Amino acid sequence: MTLYVDRREALEKAFIDRDDQVPRGRPRSVTRDALRRFRHNKAAMTALFVFGFIVIAAIVGPYLVPYDYETPDWEAFTAPPSIESGHYFGTDQNGRDLLARTLYGTRISLLVALIATTVSVIVGVLYGAVSGFAGGRVDAAMMRFVDVMYALPYILFVILLMVMFGRNVFLLFAAIGLLEWLTMARIVRGQTLSLKEREFVEAARAAGVSSFPIILRHIVPNLVGPVVIYASLTIPEIVITESFLSYLGFGVQEPLTSLGTLISEGADALGAADWLLFFPGGVLVTMLLSLAFIGDGLRDAFDPKDR
Amino acid sequence: MSETLLSVEHLSTVFSLRGRSMFAPNVELKAVSDVSFSLNGGETLGIVGESGCGKSTLGRSILRLIEPTAGRVVWQGRSLTDLSAGEMRKARRDLSIIFQDPVASLDPRMNVGQIIAEPLKVAEPSLTRKERRGRVEKVMEEVGLAPEMINRYPHEFSGGQAQRIGIARAIVTEPKLIVCDEPVSALDVSIQAQIVNLLKALKERMGLTLIFISHDLSVVRLVSDRILVLYLGRVVEIGPRREVFANPGHPYTKALLSAAPIPDPAVARARGRTVLKGDPPSPINPPSGCAFRTRCPIARDVCAEVPPPLAEVGADHRAACLFWEEVRADPAVVD
Repeated sequence: MTLYVDRREALEKAFIDRDDQVPRGRPRSVTRDALRRFRHNKAAMTALFVFGFIVIAAIVGPYLVPYDYETPDWEAFTAPPSIESGHYFGTDQNGRDLLARTLYGTRISLLVALIATTVSVIVGVLYGAVSGFAGGRVDAAMMRFVDVMYALPYILFVILLMVMFGRNVFLLFAAIGLLEWLTMARIVRGQTLSLKEREFVEAARAAGVSSFPIILRHIVPNLVGPVVIYASLTIPEIVITESFLSYLGFGVQEPLTSLGTLISEGADALGAADWLLFFPGGVLVTMLLSLAFIGDGLRDAFDPKDR
Repeated sequence: MSETLLSVEHLSTVFSLRGRSMFAPNVELKAVSDVSFSLNGGETLGIVGESGCGKSTLGRSILRLIEPTAGRVVWQGRSLTDLSAGEMRKARRDLSIIFQDPVASLDPRMNVGQIIAEPLKVAEPSLTRKERRGRVEKVMEEVGLAPEMINRYPHEFSGGQAQRIGIARAIVTEPKLIVCDEPVSALDVSIQAQIVNLLKALKERMGLTLIFISHDLSVVRLVSDRILVLYLGRVVEIGPRREVFANPGHPYTKALLSAAPIPDPAVARARGRTVLKGDPPSPINPPSGCAFRTRCPIARDVCAEVPPPLAEVGADHRAACLFWEEVRADPAVVD
């Protein structure tokens, strides 16, 4: 055994004191690595480009189109798309320009999705992380509350909320976000349960960091992958929910419009004025498809192991 | 040097496991049972034992990372086990830990600077950003890392470098006691030597007191002043390193020593081997009396009756075996 020890000591003398082989290149954080992988994903990048185009069009488009979304053009009722008249998407039964209405509708749908997703991410992540981190009885109680919320029929909820908030679309969708967080909270809780057993969390506790800062500094940043992926799936879900509610007459009301409202009106005019369904439907499908590709790309980028 | 810094009194940590069915009673697992020892300033205590014998649980219970079920941990005259959560957080600046898996112990989302600065933020919140950075760079120098690496992320480092980061984090608040939980067992042998030497150098320079947990006897022997041997959560032997290695008083210690590899085959062949049969019994249902009796080569009927007390077998050297004299008399292994 002495021999072994001696040899060790001799070996060690050679290169002991420092170990400062600096890795080359710029520091690579986990997020930056993920983004690099994302950039190399052609389908996802194309989808991102398409989605970006739709977003920009929805934001600046309405200012560039010569017509607005509520004023009828008395010379063109139910006019098919034409280049000469400037109604590139045609007009509806009330003579309103469909291009302007589609752009406006996209804007509303996106805004609603953004609000609801943000609310659901914030609430879901905090709730799930606290529940998972606390563990034990607190965790059990918090998750049973989630189960109860799941069990409530959400259309009933929406109607109740309508009564409370009246017809304020944005409050309504903030409230829908408050329902959407349930799944997010479950996903986050599951991840937190495994994260909190990791040694770096124990190291933080050993350093005297208290629970809430540990959640914010160590747990939440390590949830970025699953949260981003799930959020990218929530956006289309909410766009569809919005369309569905508007179709039922709960959502956006005239003359304001959304993709869902436009599609429901277009469906009524099918056969007589196909363009009324075709254009808003096309935008919705393109948007959902590109979001799905982006979500896929993000999943591959953040969890390269699961591909 | 000679002043008692830490004393552990009758420390037990029991885990409650859920029974097999919903109605079955919970099962108790005694991971650490009735462990007592004291540690002087500047001393290094090596804790050895097989996997699952409660080494890590003991280390974590001392720091209250796992709450001990019974007993006290007295640190500089204050009972840590009686402190409130807030007071305990304050006390943590003097106590620190180094983990076994260097990469897992570093948050992958944080860069080196943030990782090392974390304990400092808690211990000295009044420091400015600049002062903190200065301190971080200083400890990086001290553990042999280039300060230019401060913005790098853990996955960019080798295992040895990652462990240096872990050590830097452990010493940044200038603690007095560090629990090293198998700090080198996840590393290559050549890197192990570097890290062991780094720890020894830091100990000298900073006057640290170390609790060094390991299953590798050759490493423990390099760093420890005293050795504590743990079996199924119980202390079976404790004493000065030289004494324990040269003149073990417990058959289990003897078996451990004889299991350590010797690089020279001639020497290895020449030494006697005490081979243990079977696996250690389950800590959920430990044997009556002496926990080691099921595998002990010299066990008798009395061993099943009462747990053997820690008998004084030499100066400051105790072993929990009724027949320690017999163990001693047997021509020993050891080099």
